[in-house]
Amino acid sequence: MDPQSLLCYSDFEWWIKPTGQMRVPAIIYADKQLISGMDEKVREQLINVATLPGIQRAAYAMPDAHWGYGFPIGGVAAFDPNEGGVISAGGVGFDISCGVRALQTTLTANDLEAQKTDLAEALFRGVPAGVGSTGAIRLSEPEMDSMLSGGAQWAVGKGYGNPADLDRTEERGRAIGAQPECVSREAKKRQCEEMGTLGSGNHYLEVQRVVQIFDAVAAEAMELHENDILVSIHCGSRGLGHQVGTDYLKSMVIQGYRPIPDRELACAPIHSELGQHYLGAMRAATNCALANRQIITHLVRGAFHQVLPDVKLTLLYDVSHNTCKIEEHSVDGGLRELFVHRKGATRSLGPGHPDLPPPLQAVGQPVLIGGTMGTESYILAGTKQSEKLAFSSACHGAGRAMSRTQATHRWQGRQIIEELRNRGVLIRTRSIRGVAEEAPGAYKDVSAVAAAAEQAHLARRVARLVPVICVKG
Amino acid sequence: MGRSVEEAFEQAAVALTAVVADVNAIKQRESIEVRCEAPDLELLLVSWLNAIIYEMAVRKMLFGTFRIVLAGCSLTGTLAGEKVDPERHRVAVEAKGATVTELKVSCDQDGQWLAQCVVDV
Repeated sequence: MDPQSLLCYSDFEWWIKPTGQMRVPAIIYADKQLISGMDEKVREQLINVATLPGIQRAAYAMPDAHWGYGFPIGGVAAFDPNEGGVISAGGVGFDISCGVRALQTTLTANDLEAQKTDLAEALFRGVPAGVGSTGAIRLSEPEMDSMLSGGAQWAVGKGYGNPADLDRTEERGRAIGAQPECVSREAKKRQCEEMGTLGSGNHYLEVQRVVQIFDAVAAEAMELHENDILVSIHCGSRGLGHQVGTDYLKSMVIQGYRPIPDRELACAPIHSELGQHYLGAMRAATNCALANRQIITHLVRGAFHQVLPDVKLTLLYDVSHNTCKIEEHSVDGGLRELFVHRKGATRSLGPGHPDLPPPLQAVGQPVLIGGTMGTESYILAGTKQSEKLAFSSACHGAGRAMSRTQATHRWQGRQIIEELRNRGVLIRTRSIRGVAEEAPGAYKDVSAVAAAAEQAHLARRVARLVPVICVKG
Repeated sequence: MGRSVEEAFEQAAVALTAVVADVNAIKQRESIEVRCEAPDLELLLVSWLNAIIYEMAVRKMLFGTFRIVLAGCSLTGTLAGEKVDPERHRVAVEAKGATVTELKVSCDQDGQWLAQCVVDV
């Protein structure tokens, strides 16, 4: 995207003023270089989102924004149901409630070194990953509905993890208002064998080492120190969420709100039967994602205990980045209940927010930014300014810089695995081609994205982590 | 692309599979039938691809050969393939769903049909 085509409000805030059918401006938070690397489609899609009814303040793009379907990935938009506001399946994404969960261990990098290979094998054996993989858990129809209503709380009740895990999970691990009856039989069937599976593509399970602390106070509150070993889990609602997205995108295209500039923006008024059914199904899929990450946490703990029996793993935080949540935000001087879509964008609650667990009240919510298997990941903290800037939102990852086909032409999976091994990063995967498609060089610079998020005041950097072991789907 | 709508839809299905795995490595051990309908040809393409994604997901299978019979805006499709073998099939990534982004079904002046859309992976 050409930065010249935007109004530069600051080095990190770029505007498209409302013209034509746009109801609000579009605002991109990024530096000039990141903007130059964005697809022109991001601009087009943001403008389209800004035309939707009931949209408040602006259509926002985060520093890692790239071309999505309907809404850009890295997009944030909030709608007021009392002003005809809509909900969009494409505005949430097919992988409903995809997110990142960070677990802290009692290990330092030195403690791990001798056991690294054994741990990599145990994790690879213990956590199903990749195309066609299945989990050990089979749910009957009533159990499936209980899981869809209960989320991570259901999983903990079944013995997958500890009640303390819920204190560090958004919404205490359960989306309220889920309606399993709004989830199709096909979606439930697709999930039958997929509980506790990681998936494929950019989903991963990583053991990471903290290599840099940016904010000592926030790091202390999060109990992060240099050389600490953490585990990061990136995955979502698996087949069930994908099918809910598929089912409701089709329904919204056929029966949804009209007129829209492009049918990829398919949506339904929040105050409509279709809108309410999607909300019920989306929340059920959110609970599926939360239960899935909770079960994987249990499997990770089991794998660690096989190799390192004395190590404890506690949850730092679990945050989703494909969501639509009801939140209270200030608009035109008054508080309003809005439906905030974040697609490839992370909630970034600032210090003092009542939804934060007490130990994090003073520093803000951990914003977990996934990198690539060869580069780095970041833990940021939410800021108070982020509420005014983008309904308390920040980036979610690096974003692809090239297609999967381009990546396979440039890199070979085995070569990448070898190069990373020489740098001390162990990769375990059933898909060599997947490793080539996910080559670190196929992604944008995650450090530039994290720095831009901080400079735009969406979140501030707390710690930088590098991978030690990566299980790829 | 194809010389008929049917052929373009079949080729779109091959392209979908090529995103997931090596199409040439898939043997035709088992056939299944799917039925789809939609208000127009473009949405029928999306429904067709989503039907294949669904069958791949629930059967843990990959399909390499596709045949369809079109009747207006509904179709009957036959998918032939086998159970996933990650190594032999050189699997890469699961398909989550076909979208309506860049969705187009059209015929050019030479009678060549185009069937395309973005698939989320």
